Amino acid sequence: MSEQATTVGEVRKIRTDPDLPPVAVEEPPNTSGPNKAIFAGIALLGALGWVMIAIVRGERVNAMWFVFAAVCSYIIAFRFYSRLIEYKILKPRDTRATPAELFENGKDFMPTDRRVLYGHHFAAIAGAGPLVGPVLAAQMGYLPGTIWIIVGVIFAGAVQDYMVMHLSIRRNGRSLGQMARDELGPIGGWAAILGVLSIMVILLAVLCIVVINALAESPWGVFSVAMTIPIAIFMGVYLRFLRPGRVSEVSLIGVALLLLAIVAGRYVAENPSLAATFTLSKPALAWWIIAYGFVASVLPVWLLLAPRDYLSTFMKVGTIVLLALGILFVRPVVQMPAVTEFASNGKGPAFAGSLFPFLFITIACGALSGFHALISSGTTPKLIEKESQARMMGYGGMLMESFVAIMAMVAAISIDQHLYFAMNSPAGVNGGTPEKAAAYLNALGLVSPGGTALPPVDPAYLAQAAKDVGEKSIIGRTGGAPTLAVGMSEIMQGVFGGAAWKSFWYHFAIMFEALFILTTVDAGTRVARFMFSDALGALGLKKFRDPSWTVGAWIATILVVGGWGSILVMGVNDPLGGINTLYPLFGIANQLLAAIALTVVFSVVMKKGLFTWAWIPGLPLVWDLAVTLSASYQKIFSSVPAIGYGAQRQRFIDAQEKGQVLAPATNKAQMEQVIFNSTVQLTLSILYALLVIVVVAVAIWVAVKAFRAGGLPTSEEPDTPSKIFAPKSFLPTQAEKEVLEEWKAAGKSPTPIGAHH
Amino acid sequence: MEGGGQEPDADRGTPLMSVAPGTTGSVAARLLRAARTARWFIRGVVGADAYERYLEHHARTHCELPPMTEREFWRDKTDAMERNPRSRCC
Repeated sequence: MSEQATTVGEVRKIRTDPDLPPVAVEEPPNTSGPNKAIFAGIALLGALGWVMIAIVRGERVNAMWFVFAAVCSYIIAFRFYSRLIEYKILKPRDTRATPAELFENGKDFMPTDRRVLYGHHFAAIAGAGPLVGPVLAAQMGYLPGTIWIIVGVIFAGAVQDYMVMHLSIRRNGRSLGQMARDELGPIGGWAAILGVLSIMVILLAVLCIVVINALAESPWGVFSVAMTIPIAIFMGVYLRFLRPGRVSEVSLIGVALLLLAIVAGRYVAENPSLAATFTLSKPALAWWIIAYGFVASVLPVWLLLAPRDYLSTFMKVGTIVLLALGILFVRPVVQMPAVTEFASNGKGPAFAGSLFPFLFITIACGALSGFHALISSGTTPKLIEKESQARMMGYGGMLMESFVAIMAMVAAISIDQHLYFAMNSPAGVNGGTPEKAAAYLNALGLVSPGGTALPPVDPAYLAQAAKDVGEKSIIGRTGGAPTLAVGMSEIMQGVFGGAAWKSFWYHFAIMFEALFILTTVDAGTRVARFMFSDALGALGLKKFRDPSWTVGAWIATILVVGGWGSILVMGVNDPLGGINTLYPLFGIANQLLAAIALTVVFSVVMKKGLFTWAWIPGLPLVWDLAVTLSASYQKIFSSVPAIGYGAQRQRFIDAQEKGQVLAPATNKAQMEQVIFNSTVQLTLSILYALLVIVVVAVAIWVAVKAFRAGGLPTSEEPDTPSKIFAPKSFLPTQAEKEVLEEWKAAGKSPTPIGAHH
Repeated sequence: MEGGGQEPDADRGTPLMSVAPGTTGSVAARLLRAARTARWFIRGVVGADAYERYLEHHARTHCELPPMTEREFWRDKTDAMERNPRSRCC
């Protein structure tokens, strides 16, 4: 390819075709005086935020300081750290065509405006994860979780997303699994496939438990969430037969119907016979969701999945914007201390175990989420205009997700501590009734942020809190979603409607979380089904590779639904509460996937001979390995029954042999349930630990080989010259504006988007 | 063809982010432009502009075959999702 460059100062405008205007602009970072002053100001404001939340603390910490500390840290990290990664390791070349340009087909491969794609990418990575993890982690106080969310995203999560996206762009948009096979060989490839499949199964089960804990014994919630199904089907039919392609129109109708369903839920809850119909126990809900998961993933996409995806994108982006505005407007005061005693004694009610490693697996999405590697590879690279845009998409997109996690943290720490711990301790522990729960809470020894003991709580307060949000009880509603909903209702009622609207906002939040969890359930089941069929095909059952073979699709679907369904049933019947025992497994699985993604990235960096900069992916990789391995070790070998699955199992087996019944089990069947559950959980923990060890071994082997050889070839595709132009980030620089003008003057459109004018 | 893939801002001609001298309109005109940008952005993120973009691609690549109708296109799109599902994140 013949590259011709015009150099003005240090700015280079590069052409790949003499008949076309430049397709790439290379320029040094802006180091002008005003620019430096702006970043110095941002750094100072961020430092002030950190000082206020980490050092000054005091009795009244305003949540605004969290926003300042987070946003300023993100800006500084984006400007400097992501730039370092770009400059020293990835070295994107905008003269190279991206997969979107190379394979443009007007459908799934298509250069897409960077700002639109940013929204698109964010909507694909954001889900219930960043909303749930921080809420659970708040039991250790606000500080450890906040530090991990911000520091973790800067040095781990955003690095992973950005680098994986870059690798996939250079490899025709291949998926993480394929890249693992290409770069790590067959063993690494199989570990990746097993990792992805098992994380899908555990992820779907845990997300379903989150929904069930929010909806059990709640006719209002069950009614409004159930209504999403007919609403989505109506939208699907509308789009298929009535007005094809009117996506915004039908989505607005859908959102309006959804709001109506939330309002109508109150009447359902207040009507005795309707309320009885929609009051479902946890096991009943589990079976409904399993049936739903199966039916939804074999129904045609256009009928349920596609319309609900539109609905959930609208609700997701809308609600996050709403929550951000609510926090800015209300500026809530933090109720939780910076660090609680649960951080050190490992006896927290939401999840057991000490700060290291359990905080770091509880907050996965928002700081480091392996699942993102699946979106960053495959989907977004097929739509990106320029290689250099991966920085704003991958790194920048993850920063936004981290901010969502900070908002969830703010919502959780700004509600009353009694309420927080009443909701987040399993009913088997707190007794389940207002009287017993109040006694439990008063014995916890809770203190205010300033360190003074909180006054004892009255049972009537807990009953009233439930009444305020239109529920019979909020005690033992673990899983994070209900806590976030209470936090959000407190914030939003300060903006819209006042106290009378609390119950509306509570159910609005529940509905919005349930909506995208259910979308994840059927999309996830489908994706897992395809992966499973592929894996079976690769093992020799070739017929499974044919996607049009319905019997095979059904068998694979039944196996996938059976997988997450059985863990789900296990979780809802667990006397210890499903979240408390299963959430750590979900976290470990997600971080395991991150380890696989970072291993792929690390190996490529080593193969390229960039040994001095290999610490950039190496640092989060080592940290992630330390977290997942020590968490697995404790889950397998810890002698404390609350933490170790093995110890738990042994304790109940011993008791069963002596004919005893141990709390929280109340009869023999529950004893057996605990033994069975801890056996399954122990097995899964061992499986995950083995997978991590295999991945580490492969990474070390590849790295050593690459180091000895001074670099090795990678599976990067050869260059194809690009013939389009687009700016790197949200706002075009001066030089980029000039190039855009050149295209305009030449009467050409710089990218295919909008070329018809 | 109306609306759709057109993008009303500085990159491709229609000024919005940086208002060029002489094009600053009344408040109403600015509001209208802002509303258009918002519409363009939302439609793009949700994927509502897929058909317009497909038509544009079809016209540009001078394909011999006539383009799919809107109804056919959306059917084809959801059927493709059937074969190649996209994951949503946790």
